[in-house]
Amino acid sequence: MTSVLDAQGLGKKYGRRWGLRECTIDIPAGHVVGLVGPNGAGKTTLLKLASGRLEPTTGAITVLGGRPAGTPAQLARVGFVAQDTPVYAGLTVAEHLRLGARLNPRWDATRARERVARLGLVPTQRAGRLSGGQRAQLALTLGLAKRPELLILDEPVASLDPLARREFMQGLMEATVEHEFSVVLSSHLVSELERVCDYLIVLVDSRVRVAGETDKLLATHHRLSGPRRDPDRLPADQHVISARHTDRQSTYVVRTDAPVHDPAWTVTQLSLEDLVLAYMDQHTAANRRATLEARR
Amino acid sequence: MIWLTWRQFRGSAAMMAALLAVLAAALAVTGPDLASGYSAGITDCARDNTCDRFYDQFFDEYQLPFMAVSLVVLLLPALVGLFWGAPLITRELEAGTHLLVWNQSVSRGRWLAVKLGLTGLAAMAAAGLCGLAVTWWSDPLDRSASENLALMAPLVFGARGIAPIGYAAFAFVLGVTVGMLVRRTLPAMALTLAVFAAIQLAMPLLVRPHLMPPVTSTFELGEANVEHLGVPRDGGGPARLLLRSAVPGHAGAWVLSSELIGPSGRDIGGSDGEAAVQVSTTSGPCSPAGSAPGQDTCMVELNRLGYRQQATYQPLDRFWPFQWIETGIYALLTLGLTWFSFWWIRRRLS
Repeated sequence: MTSVLDAQGLGKKYGRRWGLRECTIDIPAGHVVGLVGPNGAGKTTLLKLASGRLEPTTGAITVLGGRPAGTPAQLARVGFVAQDTPVYAGLTVAEHLRLGARLNPRWDATRARERVARLGLVPTQRAGRLSGGQRAQLALTLGLAKRPELLILDEPVASLDPLARREFMQGLMEATVEHEFSVVLSSHLVSELERVCDYLIVLVDSRVRVAGETDKLLATHHRLSGPRRDPDRLPADQHVISARHTDRQSTYVVRTDAPVHDPAWTVTQLSLEDLVLAYMDQHTAANRRATLEARR
Repeated sequence: MIWLTWRQFRGSAAMMAALLAVLAAALAVTGPDLASGYSAGITDCARDNTCDRFYDQFFDEYQLPFMAVSLVVLLLPALVGLFWGAPLITRELEAGTHLLVWNQSVSRGRWLAVKLGLTGLAAMAAAGLCGLAVTWWSDPLDRSASENLALMAPLVFGARGIAPIGYAAFAFVLGVTVGMLVRRTLPAMALTLAVFAAIQLAMPLLVRPHLMPPVTSTFELGEANVEHLGVPRDGGGPARLLLRSAVPGHAGAWVLSSELIGPSGRDIGGSDGEAAVQVSTTSGPCSPAGSAPGQDTCMVELNRLGYRQQATYQPLDRFWPFQWIETGIYALLTLGLTWFSFWWIRRRLS
C-alpha cells in the first residue's frame, strides 16, 4: 500500500521564522495518526501543507501519492476538518448536506443522512444555532460522507467540552472501523489521542522528534530510575530522551530496542502521555541549558 | 458550486431586485407623461420661438427627480463594490468557511470563478438595467438641460448609457480583490470605497477629456456663449464680459475651456471670471446711451472689433463613442483585477 503522507526534507518559513523544518516522515496507510506537540510547534503548518493550503519552502510533500489539492480528483480523496470546525452559519443542516452532495463526486448521501439523524441534528436548523459539539459533528459528517481515503483533522476538539469531545472521538472511531480510511489528527492534548491513535508523531519546536506506531514506541521506551549516574555511563544503544537528577537519584527516559537488564535500574513502562511529555521535556531542558550558557 | 453561490447570494440579489423593481415601476409610470409633456411643449414653443424658456421651465419642474435618479445610477456601482464585492471573500475568511469549501472536491480557482462570475454578472445586469432605464426616462430632460447638466457633463455622463455596467463590474472586482488582500470586511469596504471614489473622480477630470482629441475653434460672441456683458452705468472704464461654458451651434457640447481673445488674437482671460474688454464705454455702441435698445449693439461692436470666444470642447455627438471607450477602459481594468485575484488565490491566499 502507498503511504498516505510522505514528506522529504519538508520545511516552511514564515518570513524569517521556520514554522516547520527538516520534516521527513512517511506514514503508511491504514492508521489513525496522532500529531502532538505544544502550541506553535508546527502541527497546523504540517497539516496546512498536507491539505495544500501552503506551499513548502523547502522539500516536498505528497499525500496519497499526489500533490496536495493539486486537482479536484485529489481533493476528493482527502477530507479535511479545520480547526474550530467552521460551518456556514446561515445555511441549515440539510443545506450543508446538499452542499456536500453538490461539491463531491463520491458523496455518500445515505451515510450523511443517517449520521445526522443518529446525532439528533434537526435538518431544518441553521448551523449558526448549533452548539459547538453539534457544529463539530456536522463538519465531521461532511468530511466522512465525502468518503475520503484520508481524513485530516486539525485540533477538532480543542474548543469542545469534555463530553462533546468524547462523543466526537467516538463518532470518528466508529467511522474508521466501519469504513476503511486513514486519519491524521492533531491535538495538544495527548490524553485525547491515547485512546484512538495507533501511530504517533511528536512535533516540538517546528521539528519532528519521533514518529512511529504507538505499540512500537511504547515497547522501545522505558523509564529507568536508580542511584545517580551520568548519562555517558549508559550503554551506547540507549538513547536518552530525558533525564532528571536529584542528589542521589537519576531518572531517565531512554529509547532502546534491546531489553534493559541492568539490576541497578528500576524499569517502568511509560504511558503514551509520559512518552510525549519526555520528548517535550527534552526540548525545554535543551532550552534551559542554552539560556544558562548564554547567561555565563 | 453554482447552487452554493446562489444560496449565499440570493438574499442580497432579492433585495437588489426589489429596489430595481421599485425604481423601474416609478420610471415606467412617470416616463410616458414626461415624454408627452416634452413633445407638446416643443410644438407649442416652436410656434412662437420661445423654446429656450420652455426648456428652462420644463427642466426646473423635474430637476429634483432628475438629480435623484442620476444619483442612484452613480451610487449603484459603488454600493455593489462595497456590499457585494468586498464581503464576497472576506466573509468566508472571517468565518473560516473557506476551509470548509476549499476541502470539498472543487478547486479554489473554480470556486472563485463561479462566485465572481455569478455575482459579477448580477452586478452588471443591475447597473445596466438601472442605467438604461434612467437613460430612457430622462431623455426629454437631457434634451432640455442646461450645459452644466447636459449628457456630456461629467456628472450626467456617468449616469447614462452603458458606462454604469463598466463601473459596476470594476467596483465589484475591486471590492473582491481588496477583500482578498485586506482579509477583513470593514477595512476592505472602506478601502474599496476610497479607491473607487478616487478613480471615479480621476476619470472625468484627467482621462475622459482626452479619450478623443478635443475640438478647438473660435466663435463670434453672441447670446449662446456670453453669460453677461456689463457696461458701467456712469460711463468710463472697461466693459465687463462673462463667457458661458457653451459654444454656439453645438448645443450640449462638453466645453473643456473657453477663453476670450482680443483683436490681436491674444487671450485676455474670461475662462474663470469676468474679462475686462477695452472698448469705449463713454460713447458709441457700448456706452449706456448707445446701447439703449439692449446690449446687442455692443455685442455687434465687439465682434466687429475682433473679440472672439476660443473654446476647446467635446461635441455632443461623441456621447456614444465616449460611452463605449470608457466602458472598454473599465472592462480592461476589471479583467486585470480578475486575473490578479485568480493569481492571488492560487499562490498567496491560505
